[in-house]
Amino acid sequence: MSRLPVKKTYKLYVGGAFPRSESGRSYEAEGHNVARASRKDLRDAVKAARGAFGKWSTMTAYNRGQVLYRIAEMLEARVADLARVTGGAEEVDRTVDRWVWYAGWADKLPQVLGGANPVAAPYFNFTVPEPTGVVGILAPEQPALAGLVSRLAPAIVSGNTAVVIASEARPLAAIELSEALATADVPGGVVNVLTGYKRELAPWLAGHMDVNALDLSGADGEAAELEQLAAENVKRVVRGSVDGQSPWEIERFLEMKTVWHPIGV
Amino acid sequence: MAELDRKSDRAPVPAGWDYAPAPEARDVVSIQERYPLFIGGEWVEPRSGEWFATVDPASEEPLADVAFAGPEDVDVAVQAARTALADGWSDRSPAERAKYLFRIARILQERSREFAVLESLDGGKPIKESRDVDLPLAAAHFFYYAGWADKLEYAFPNRSPRPVGVAGQIIPWNFPLLMLAWKVAPALAAGNTVVLKPAETTPLSALLFCDVLRQAEVPPGVVNIVTGDGRTGAELVTHSGVDKIAFTGSTEVGKAIQRQLAGTGKRLTLELGGKAANIVFDDAALDQAVEGIINGIYFNQGHVCCAGSRLFVQESVYEDVLRKLKRRMGTLRVGDPLDKNTDVGAINSRQQLDKITELVRAGEEEGADVYQPPCRLPEKGYWFVPTVFTNVAQSYRIAQEEIFGPVLSMLTFRTPDEAIEKANNTPYGLSAGVWTEKGSRILWMAQRLRAGVIWANTYNRFDPASPFGGYKESGFGREGGRHGLEPYLDFE
Amino acid sequence: MAKAPALTAGFELPLEPRLPRIGSVDQVAVEERAASLARRSIKRDAKVFALELAVRCMDLTTLEGADTPGKVAALATKGIRPDPSDPDVPSVAAICVYPNLVPTAVDRTRGTSVKVASVATAFPSGQSPTEIKVQETRAAVEFGADEIDMVIDRGAFLSGRYAKVYDEIVRVKDVCGDTHLKVILETGELGTYDNVRRASLLAVAGGADFIKTSTGKVSPAATLPVTLVMLEAIRDVYEETGRMVGMKAAGGIRSAKQAWQQFVLVNETLGPDWLTPELFRLGASSLLNDVLMQLRKEKTGRYQSLDYFTID
Repeated sequence: MSRLPVKKTYKLYVGGAFPRSESGRSYEAEGHNVARASRKDLRDAVKAARGAFGKWSTMTAYNRGQVLYRIAEMLEARVADLARVTGGAEEVDRTVDRWVWYAGWADKLPQVLGGANPVAAPYFNFTVPEPTGVVGILAPEQPALAGLVSRLAPAIVSGNTAVVIASEARPLAAIELSEALATADVPGGVVNVLTGYKRELAPWLAGHMDVNALDLSGADGEAAELEQLAAENVKRVVRGSVDGQSPWEIERFLEMKTVWHPIGV
Repeated sequence: MAELDRKSDRAPVPAGWDYAPAPEARDVVSIQERYPLFIGGEWVEPRSGEWFATVDPASEEPLADVAFAGPEDVDVAVQAARTALADGWSDRSPAERAKYLFRIARILQERSREFAVLESLDGGKPIKESRDVDLPLAAAHFFYYAGWADKLEYAFPNRSPRPVGVAGQIIPWNFPLLMLAWKVAPALAAGNTVVLKPAETTPLSALLFCDVLRQAEVPPGVVNIVTGDGRTGAELVTHSGVDKIAFTGSTEVGKAIQRQLAGTGKRLTLELGGKAANIVFDDAALDQAVEGIINGIYFNQGHVCCAGSRLFVQESVYEDVLRKLKRRMGTLRVGDPLDKNTDVGAINSRQQLDKITELVRAGEEEGADVYQPPCRLPEKGYWFVPTVFTNVAQSYRIAQEEIFGPVLSMLTFRTPDEAIEKANNTPYGLSAGVWTEKGSRILWMAQRLRAGVIWANTYNRFDPASPFGGYKESGFGREGGRHGLEPYLDFE
Repeated sequence: MAKAPALTAGFELPLEPRLPRIGSVDQVAVEERAASLARRSIKRDAKVFALELAVRCMDLTTLEGADTPGKVAALATKGIRPDPSDPDVPSVAAICVYPNLVPTAVDRTRGTSVKVASVATAFPSGQSPTEIKVQETRAAVEFGADEIDMVIDRGAFLSGRYAKVYDEIVRVKDVCGDTHLKVILETGELGTYDNVRRASLLAVAGGADFIKTSTGKVSPAATLPVTLVMLEAIRDVYEETGRMVGMKAAGGIRSAKQAWQQFVLVNETLGPDWLTPELFRLGASSLLNDVLMQLRKEKTGRYQSLDYFTID
């Protein structure tokens, strides 16, 4: 007699916890009922992301790097689970290595992207990159896991927090990833993952006045409309590689701050 | 002096509140009786047939016997490093090399207490320092450089960086494991293999590190440890199979190495001695400046190349600073390195103790005034009471020569220009300290001080992201930061 | 009760000529020094000494709108005999209450070594006219309080009206007479360590016998760096004038460990002579039971449960 497995319930990941949608709705994807997030869930997610920003952005870069490395540690243990809901083990391996790659950037950004500027007056002048704040991400539909991580890791490594709208057709990878995040010492609210109908949720994310940047790498036809909405609070609109890695992906989510101070006795 | 009416308490206040002994458990680490050489991933008996003992400087008890690497042994080690380079390390993908280094970092974090106790036993530094400074920094160093291993093209855009090859590394006894991390991490991140010679009096943490290499499954021959003394180091320096030498130690030996390598084309970096000026202005946050002075010269018993050994105090606050300094010196706890409340540990060796004693005597003879707080020292072991000299002239030996002990020389200045002049008036140039609440003055002083590391309103701060190294006879090359990779790379 | 002697010349206002000597405090360094002292390891008889000292230096406090004579009577009993099962545990230094509860407190502590401290001066806000504050103080003294814990006017301090802050302290000290005065700085509202140092020196100049960190109603309160800054100010006064001013750390001290960390600061900044209720107090309420639990653990070797200690 074969054993009946216990089926997993796929919920949202908001504020470090796994709530159901406040709307009580779900939709079917990949053979499971997946939570169908509402605009109120999105509102709560942005609030959680904003709440987490203060602590995450002021942690030492070394600490953040270690947290990202631990995400890789937790994912490595789940390679078999993840392979089932993604393109396979190769995609998962690539994803784990991508977290490791980005983890190593946390404590190097000012050395590559910032620096002292030789102004022609007796001032010490330096430019430091800083995280922009809350980043809204429309995850690429494909590849479900590597695409999401290719957009998420560069956003949060520098101290931003994120609200992700997962792939609509393939949402399970995003929730499995969230389970790894929840056990990897990632403070609650740093990453928030919403599953549901992209066309329903994206406009609310694009128009939210407390979101600082919008990653449209996973947007399809509706991109122009979303960019219009983003203009209301001058969001930084970003499109990047759906399956690559580069420090310039990190830079898109940074603000450059330049400081002057006189040199004198 | 005003008197207080005292009510009688039920229990009288003791003359001093002695914190009871708080020893760190020694059994967290197990020390072998003898340690062979670590070459090609294996423990190898020394072909020299020679051994030497390493002792605990706090008790003079021998801890273990350690192999002595003679010329043949050094040769075998270099061959192992060359083989590993060609066969497995260079052609591993940089991302894979990174992961080995991340593993090492994590394992050091997991075993940090074990290593901290060993470091204090073998070297004499207080457990509070090895636990809170040496170990966290060593792990952090591996973590930082792990992240560079597969990002070299961003560190050196348009230069096609490649490893130099086999690096010979010679490290000192003052921060044994940390100095190993400063050397090994960037070397491996850049794709090189390594032959490392720990200091003669502090080999044990490097030898225990070989177990970390095993746990991290680092391929054999990538890191080789050859214990020995100056002769071993000389062999390594002159070996034709070594592409690059990194040396941290005394200026005298550094110059000898530089002479030996002249004309060979071998790459070299040197991190040598110092006689740093620690400069306190009258508008400094005084109590915190005193903490900085104390930390600058008594941290690690003053066995620090960048120690703030020349204190320059602006004349207008000289009395205040001296008074606060003397009082603060009186609260320093000198004693058993394994006691968690010890602030100042044992002097590393009889040799170093003799050198300190000699220089202090010279200071008194030359006419400086000496102050040492009352201090009860243990009977066995090598100890020196924290000392400060006042009425010091720039020309005295204690103001010129590196003492490398808990001995501070105090001088005065009147204006910022004078402070700069006096601070720079030395063949050394490793570090300097500036204490003032005025931002523009910090930057003005930093601009003019001829030193590779300038600490403003702090002292003895280290971070793997922050480049460290000297001007002038304090050496050349930088360790830490993006700059720390450069010595280990060849460019098109 | 100990009383600080008359002020020596040079410490009165105006402070402006003295401002360059008041100095500034480096936040990073002071926090590091406090953290480093907090890591001292206190064991065995050193720990027992510290735990008993914590009781002897405690101002056991209740400052609630809902306080009644019944509540204060119970607190006083607890303060006089904290652990009925262990006669070696000493009494606390004082009971600290609102003025209306002073008569009950005086009544219940009569004949014991436990003092009665009363808050006054529109505690905790200090936002009332000076006359009212002076009258309240006079009333508390007449009710029999041995000690007065006053608050400084932070509104005046933060808007630069230092003379007003100073004058109020002088006037309150005046009506205290022989009653011992503690001046609460409310460090959590002052914003910077520089301000904590300035307020400390201002309070001492005004005549404080003790300077105190907090009302306990605002967080952060008696953090270790704040205590360190205040102790350094006290040390400077002592070295310049010989005058010994006490320090009370109040607010946020809930565990025995926090208490002895405060003692380490005193020990290594001022010296063991200052480790006495005459010169150092801890303002607390739930701290007492944690200290009792630790004491019993030292004596029996077992970790304790709150079930075995009375609430009051």
